[in-house]
This record gives sequence, structure tokens and C-alpha cells, in this order.
Amino acid sequence: MSLHLTLRQQPDVPLEAETLSPDRLAGLDAAAAAALPVMHGNRKAVVADFFDVAAAAGTDDLLVLEGDLSRVKRIGESMTRGLILIKGNAGMHVGVDMRGGEIVVEGDVGDWVGAEMLGGRIVVKGNAGHQAGSVYRGGHKGMLGGELFIHGNAGAELGNSMRRGLIAVGGACGDFAGVNMLAGTIIVLGEMGWRACAGMTRGTVVGMQGARVLPTFTFDCVYRPTFLRMLLLHLRAQGLPVTDAQIAGEYTRWSGDHISLGRGELLLLGDSR
Amino acid sequence: MNTSTAYRTPLIEHHLLKMTTTTTIIDTFAEAFSMWGTRLLITAETPSWAMTSALSVTGFATSIIGCKCEAGIERAVPPEETPDGRPGVSVLLFTVKSDDMSKRLLERIGQCILTCPTTACFNGLTADAREMVDVGGQLRFFGDGYQMSKQLNGRRYWRIPVMDGEFLVEESFGIKKAVGGGNLLILGRATRDTLLATEAAVVAMREVPGVILPFPGGIVRSGSKTGSKYKTLFASTNDAYCPTLRGFAPNTQLPPEAGCVLEIVIDGLDLAAVEEAMRRGIRAATAAGALQITAGNYGGKLGQFQIHLHSLI
Repeated sequence: MSLHLTLRQQPDVPLEAETLSPDRLAGLDAAAAAALPVMHGNRKAVVADFFDVAAAAGTDDLLVLEGDLSRVKRIGESMTRGLILIKGNAGMHVGVDMRGGEIVVEGDVGDWVGAEMLGGRIVVKGNAGHQAGSVYRGGHKGMLGGELFIHGNAGAELGNSMRRGLIAVGGACGDFAGVNMLAGTIIVLGEMGWRACAGMTRGTVVGMQGARVLPTFTFDCVYRPTFLRMLLLHLRAQGLPVTDAQIAGEYTRWSGDHISLGRGELLLLGDSR
Repeated sequence: MNTSTAYRTPLIEHHLLKMTTTTTIIDTFAEAFSMWGTRLLITAETPSWAMTSALSVTGFATSIIGCKCEAGIERAVPPEETPDGRPGVSVLLFTVKSDDMSKRLLERIGQCILTCPTTACFNGLTADAREMVDVGGQLRFFGDGYQMSKQLNGRRYWRIPVMDGEFLVEESFGIKKAVGGGNLLILGRATRDTLLATEAAVVAMREVPGVILPFPGGIVRSGSKTGSKYKTLFASTNDAYCPTLRGFAPNTQLPPEAGCVLEIVIDGLDLAAVEEAMRRGIRAATAAGALQITAGNYGGKLGQFQIHLHSLI
């Protein structure tokens, strides 16, 4: 039995709804799901205060959320399995600390989507806010695994301190993409903001429309990285607009950031010397 | 690889027209052995370089007796089917023990694929793999600390810097229980007739997925028996099928008309694939005018599998 929650009452202040996860809702009927607690600002509330809850035939691990949920935070937090389908926008912290399963957002998401996630997949059909796949302030490691696909644009600090996993952005991204990156891969099909890869130790950032390369990066070569073909074919299979020219193209490899260990790489399509 | 028409050269057409003799298929069985098998998928910038690397990695891998493994090319793989969208070649490799597989892969990938311009090497045995062996995880040390890894869909790949850019190799390769030593002995009146019939069988058998014919051109002329008059040898020429020994050999198996015998050895990832290859080989050799088709065995005392020729027709 899958659960379908439709937003009936727009919250006045953000709703903290980590309850909205297949791990917590599996096996519950509509009445039990409706009685689960959420925090409305600093006041306790229940799911039924804001959502109409209906059960439908299907798998236990499917949760469908409908409406403009841009004030609903922490959807899918720490989830390990199942699918959350959000038919609309979602608020901040979607899929943080996620370990498995999949979240699909048909609209936009707020800041911190996929922050410190460890596994699973998040697909955002619209735009994402700042710090997608990033580390929280005071932490050491951002995204630790899984995949985060943003079909639209992403904000600043994309993949801040990420350690593993794959982030792909179909549109543009803000400043400081891959800042302090430890490892993992970020691919941006649109334009990148300033200071991409600043402070990166290891890892890969790929840009298709050039970038301002920091002076602490050194030119290596222009070549066709085989692994990138594989990743780009994977992104195309996920519906991202990857072109044949990008798959078969040559990339300029810059290594850095030499203010850090300098084992990271910035790959820019074409000869960007 | 080849189509069924590819081997129908004018010579063969002529041969087929002339053929009036029916082929005798002996009521016997091929004795095959349990082995471990794996599949490598090699890609490169061009089909030619992928094939060059595949030929190299399958070189000197005809018989487990002298080569430590048996290997062959399974098929050319179009770019649409490869992980990196480049042209590829799939290769099968077999060993007797699972422990040997990691060593053989390390040697062969390290010497024949890593060294070959523009290539990459992927695990081609995923869904039905019984065990995984570490290969890329060992080869990465060639990178001297400059190697990098990437993960995709739960699989890890190593990027090893080399002088033309990077060598991409998958960390782990799947292995599974397989079947080695399926065989057909094809008898003919003379060398030319026998060669044509055996070549026709090889072409037909190579159409079957999951099998290789590890000997040169898929054919072996030096079939062997176990043991020898020389104590240090544990295999020696199969005198029962040597035409020059018809008058000497105590147990010659040659019919009076036979003047040449060629053998096809088949290794496959499963018994069904080996049987299907043998079935097609029998049909093709029969159509091409083989005098007799039989198979090698050890009385059923050594191999785990007995493939009866009459059950295939």
C-alpha cells in the first residue's frame, strides 16, 4: 500500500517533516500516517493538520507528496529505501543524510538538498538552492555517496567538501562549486560561477561552458578522458541534456588547488588554455 | 563475427556441389571439464585498436596444459553496447582454479591491455558472476600514487595515468563456473576437404554467445591423449587419429577413407552454450562434407561433463 499526501493547508512557518520518509511510513495505513508528528515552527502538530492522506494499492515503499511544499523541510531525511515522488516544489534539506532509495522532485527545491547524503539518488527536475550536496557548517565532509541530479540550475557552494558520489547539474551553478572538495565528481552542463574548485584536495569538477580558472591551478593537458564518456552516457540515460560533442569531446585538464594538496582536477570542454 | 555466408567461398560451393557422401556421426561423447570463466570487455578509440588488444590478451592461451589459461575472442561489440560508447571486443578467459584467475587477469590485462594505446577494460560478467576477483585494484599501483578512482552504479573504476592519457580499468571482474574442453573431431579424406569442413564448423560455432575456440583459427591439429612413453610428459600425440600411424598405432580409429583429422575445442561460460556450439558445428561440418565426426574423451573418468554427439542432432 502506497501513501499519497496532498498539501491542504500551507504552513505559516516552515514545517519540519522528517517523518515524510518511506522508512517511517511503510506499513502504516492512512489514519496512522495522518497522526504522525511534525513540527510547525516550534509547535507540535500532526501530518493531518496540513495534508490529506490517502492510501492506494501499490508498494509500501512509495510515498507521493503533492502541492507546493516549498515550506516543508527535511523530506526524506536519512531515508534508506523506497521512492518519494514530490509533485511540486520542496523546501530545504530534502534528502539530507540519505542512505538509499530515490527522491524525485518535479519542481524546485530549497537549499541544502542532499547535504551530507551517503547513498541513493535525488532527482530535481527544476532548480535547486544553495549548498546542494554540501557539508553543514562546522562539519568536515559533504556528500559521501549516491547521486544528485539537478536538471535546472543550482546555487552556490555546490558539493562543498563532498567526499564521494556524483552531482550533475543540467543548467548553471553559482559560485564556489566544489569548494574544499575532498573527492567525488561534479558535472555542470551550464555555466559555472566564480572560484570553482577553490581549496579542493582531490576530486573532479567538469564544466562544459568554461570557467574562470583560479591561479592556483596548473595546466596539464588537453585529452579525452575515457571515464568521463562513461559518466556522461550515464547522465544522458538519466535524462540530462548531454550532447554527442560533450561525450566525444576533448577536455582541458587543470590540476589543483595547489593551496591544498593539489590532487583535484578541473576538466573544461575544449581547449581552455 | 562472420556470417554463415562468409565461409561459402567458391571453393566451398564447389565442394558442396561435389559432395555425395553422407557424414557418419559416431555415437560417442565429448568429455568436458569444470573450469572458471570470465569475460573482459575491451574498448578503444577505434575497432582496430580494440581488436589489437584483444588479440594480444588472448595470445598464447590455447591450452591450459602449456599456457596456464585458455582465452579467445567472443565477439566484436558495437559502441552502443559498451560502457564508454567506444567500439569494443569481448574476450573470454578460462582457468582451472578460481585462485588462478586473478593472477592470469593481472598478467594479461597488465601486459596486453594496459600497454595498448587508447584502451580501457571493463568487467563483462556481472549478473551471473559467482565471485569477484580484484584486478584493477592491483593494477592501480602502476599509477605510483597518481591513480584516481571513480564509482558508478556501485562499481569502482581506476584511472591510471599513462603516456597517452589514462588507462581506465574496472576494479573487480566477475568469474563463474564454466565448461572447458568440449570438442569435435572432424575427419575427412584429405587435408583440403577436412580443413574446409572444419572451417565451416568454426564459423558456425563462433556465432554462439558465451563460447570461444581457443586454438589458432579455432582449430587444433595436434590432438593429444593422456600420458606418454616418456615419463616426464603427461600428454602426447593422439596416435589413434594420426593418419601416418595407421599401420603402427595399436588402436587406430581412422576409417580406411580418412586421411586427415582436425579438432575443435570449445570453452564456454555454461554447458548449454558449449552444447549449442557443438550442435551448430556438427551441422556445418556435415553440410560442408565431413567424412566422420567424433569426439575425444577419457572414458568418462576425468571430466565432469559428457556431451553425447547423438543427443545434439
